[in-house]
Amino acid sequence: MSVPSTTSRPAAANSVWSRLEPLLPQVTKPIQYVGGELGAVVKDWDAAAVRWALMYPDAYEVGLPNQGVQILYEVLNELPDVLAERTYAVWPDLERLMRAHGVPQFTVDAHRPVRDFDVFGVSFATELGYTNLLTAIDLAGIPLLAADRTDADPVVLAGGHAAFNPEPIADFVDAAVLGDGEEAVLEITAIVRDWKAEGCPGGRDELLLRLARTESVYVPRFYDVDYLPDGRIQRVVPNRPDVPFRVHKRTTMDLDAWPYPKKPLVPLAETVHERYAVEIFRGCTRGCRFCQAGMITRPVRERSITTVGQMVQQGLEFSGFHEVGLLSLSSADHSEIGDMCSGLAQQYEGTNVSLSLPSTRVDAFNIDLAQELSRNGRRTGLTFAPEGGSERIRKVINKMVSKDDLIRTVVTAYTNGWRQVKLYFMCGLPTETDEDVLEIADMAHEVIRAGRAATGSKDIRCTVSIGGFVPKPHTPFQWAAVERPEVIDGRLKLLKQAINADRSLGRAIGFRYHDGEPSLIEGLLSRGDRRVGAVIRRVWENGGRFDGWSEHFSYQRWVDAAAEVLPAFGVDLDWYTTRERDELEVLPWDHLDSGLDKDWLWQDWQDALSEYEQDDCRWTPCFDCGVCPAMDTEIQIGPTGKKLLPLTPINGGGLRVPSAG
Amino acid sequence: MPVAYSQGFTPHPKISYASAAPTGVASEAEYLEIGLQAPVDPADLRAALDGALSPGLDVLDAVVATGGSLADRIEASSWRVELPEVAPEALRAAVDAFTAAAEVQVERMTKQGRRTFDARGAVIAIDVATPTPTPSGGPAVPCAILEVVVRQVTPSVRPDDVLSGLRVVAGLEPPVPPRVIRLAQGTLTAQGEIVDPLDADRDGATIGER
Ligand code: B12
Ligand code: SF4
Repeated sequence: MSVPSTTSRPAAANSVWSRLEPLLPQVTKPIQYVGGELGAVVKDWDAAAVRWALMYPDAYEVGLPNQGVQILYEVLNELPDVLAERTYAVWPDLERLMRAHGVPQFTVDAHRPVRDFDVFGVSFATELGYTNLLTAIDLAGIPLLAADRTDADPVVLAGGHAAFNPEPIADFVDAAVLGDGEEAVLEITAIVRDWKAEGCPGGRDELLLRLARTESVYVPRFYDVDYLPDGRIQRVVPNRPDVPFRVHKRTTMDLDAWPYPKKPLVPLAETVHERYAVEIFRGCTRGCRFCQAGMITRPVRERSITTVGQMVQQGLEFSGFHEVGLLSLSSADHSEIGDMCSGLAQQYEGTNVSLSLPSTRVDAFNIDLAQELSRNGRRTGLTFAPEGGSERIRKVINKMVSKDDLIRTVVTAYTNGWRQVKLYFMCGLPTETDEDVLEIADMAHEVIRAGRAATGSKDIRCTVSIGGFVPKPHTPFQWAAVERPEVIDGRLKLLKQAINADRSLGRAIGFRYHDGEPSLIEGLLSRGDRRVGAVIRRVWENGGRFDGWSEHFSYQRWVDAAAEVLPAFGVDLDWYTTRERDELEVLPWDHLDSGLDKDWLWQDWQDALSEYEQDDCRWTPCFDCGVCPAMDTEIQIGPTGKKLLPLTPINGGGLRVPSAG
Repeated sequence: MPVAYSQGFTPHPKISYASAAPTGVASEAEYLEIGLQAPVDPADLRAALDGALSPGLDVLDAVVATGGSLADRIEASSWRVELPEVAPEALRAAVDAFTAAAEVQVERMTKQGRRTFDARGAVIAIDVATPTPTPSGGPAVPCAILEVVVRQVTPSVRPDDVLSGLRVVAGLEPPVPPRVIRLAQGTLTAQGEIVDPLDADRDGATIGER
């Protein structure tokens, strides 16, 4: 792929392209920094009243497909006087060259310096992007510490799931938004627009104050954290009048009114997902106790079958993608999923379009859906997620699946032609013992045995995939201890032996796992407070980058940094991770309101310890988790009884020329 | 665009690129062949493709293939290499030494490992262009410009191989990365001129008339 320098590329006045271009032949995959994708938007800088730079703090190949950023990018760019551009984490090879040649962090759209924008919004699906945030801020020429910034710097704003506890990055961000972003970015835009139109009265401080007064933008500097002598938090209180005691999450109701992305970005370089993804609903009330996403995105809000059908049609037509992902936290739970899948499968039968449904539900219905979607001949893998090995631990985590159910379901998959299924589990769950984990081996053995008996074939396999459990804020497990890495690794070793104890069965079972060490660091970051910021900074100074990539992640670097900076505060790595919290402890995120009632969460934690299961509020009466009354929201589910609209034939004549902005 | 697909479990669109320029190199003359399921007006196809591609990736023309493979019609490629901070006289001397040599062995890392081959034989013409203001609008520093026409051979000889050759014969070391632009590729006339490989198809009719 070439980088034409002689053809006219309308260079923006503040573009760094002419300085960046000579560096690109010297780095790996230079195409990821070039921009100009189908769906990308470049607007006139001077005509924009408010300018956003949006970042997914990982490499282009992971960041580009991110739905959250694509949605906000489109919502913002639809406003005539607003401009939004994208930036991604640059790999260390380009970072070195940028530092050597004084090239700042740039957007891929018009290659403008990030520092020139009004708002720098960063999307955190996971805490592992924190070191990349520091690289981007620093490369941009923005002071690392929010306290050192001036009116010449953008407002650094965090969003995404990890922003439900932004305390570990409180020193580095100016503000954070909890929850859905569609309306939040519009509200923030309006505040910035007015403030600039008035001539920026009161400077940065006034702007942040105006944002904080909405009660849905958290500005860490307006809150003081006091600590008890033993290191625990005493209280978190506003340090100026007019700032709310608690900041509330945003919830976008009526997803049919927000059918984004309409113009999905088509990547130029290879990415993790090359498909058109449509969220079919938000929220999940299955109530798995380890699952932060399920807890913080309540209530369930479905997108109607009609809107989904229209989005799929328009999204495919715009992008030319050949794959559609029907996205959500538990896609088989949509009230009209059956009609949706069969309708789409029928509409696209005989075309190159393939459909996928990331569902991990352990029941035969899941297989029916998968079967429907594989009409085009492409059979994607089937995944089931019992999460816990024993009946007992599944009661603790509230994953209501019996062993018989699982075996019956997997055998049904085998008899329906699947040769390979994946089973997801977690290790290190609260109250877990070696026995709980070893039962995974029994389960896998039985699956293969029953599968062979039912199919009469030896050609069936299953893969056991195990992740380490990380306790997350705003979940019933927010008080739980992280298991020590040695214990996790020991259990995984025992499990592997148990699986292979029977040679014949063991051969048919694949085993994939994550070591315990990264989970411990995720545990530090997810439940950390402001003092953890010093650890992140030290790790970054010592070269920490791309912590989500096993080849870049260094456990030792985190352990060393924690040992260096935490003792000054009278705490240590274990204090944050392997320590169980008690009921009355003030948690770092208690002043951030996800809608969940803390008493309800504690009760659910106690229920977990006594192995008591909690039903789903979509199908059984409300159990008062607190979200709906606190947020003034309600469950929005169908069935609507509607059907997919018939496809309007395309290609009346001539070929479609995309009208990319 | 009704692109044709290969058969099989994971169908691939039928698109083939003929001697694509290497990464990091600009080009004004790239060619590709697309297999289609149904005839379309080449002008419509050009407009649709151009609209979907990034700014700077401009689709200039499309013709209906009348037979023969595109790759067979790409016999040579002409390049322009801008060498900022290199004195034109130094380049002149290096080019003279290169021209005088019968053979210039150079090395390059390929996927198969390090390879050594002759960079001289494939070079049909090599010259120093008279300095003009830097075409890319780069900073106004002295800049020597190399123009070179290279025959399509295996292993292919690329502009960076020719530059390696200049280093081998005359120790020419550009202090900053060169800017390379492919100006043309196509069939080679007896006079050593490059002819647009699509010309052969253009003589024919447009689609629908055949
Ligand atoms: C697709 C997906 C992936 C893809 C990601 C592709 C991509 N680039 O996005 C892949 C497979 C790569 C992936 C990987 C991982 N994922 Co993932 N993934 C998902 C999934 C299924 C969908 C995400 C999505 O698109 N959601 C829809 C969008 C619209 O929501 P959103 O991004 O949250 O954005 C909204 C708001 O958060 C907000 N917002 C977001 N950013 C910003 C920024 C600003 C400034 C503002 C104001 C607002 C805002 O506005 C948006 C619109 O309302 C979710 C589950 C789910 N359904 O959410 C899990 C999920 C996000 N992943 C998760 C995890 C743990 C991971 C991994 C860490 C797994 C691992 N151990 O490797 C990695 C990390 C990857 C990385 N390095 O970043 C967890 C996160 C846990 C949590 N905190 O709740 C989730 C929730 C799954 C789960 N049930 O646990 N994942
Ligand atoms: S089903 Fe369980 S794990 Fe999945 S999103 Fe819902 S609560 Fe989370």
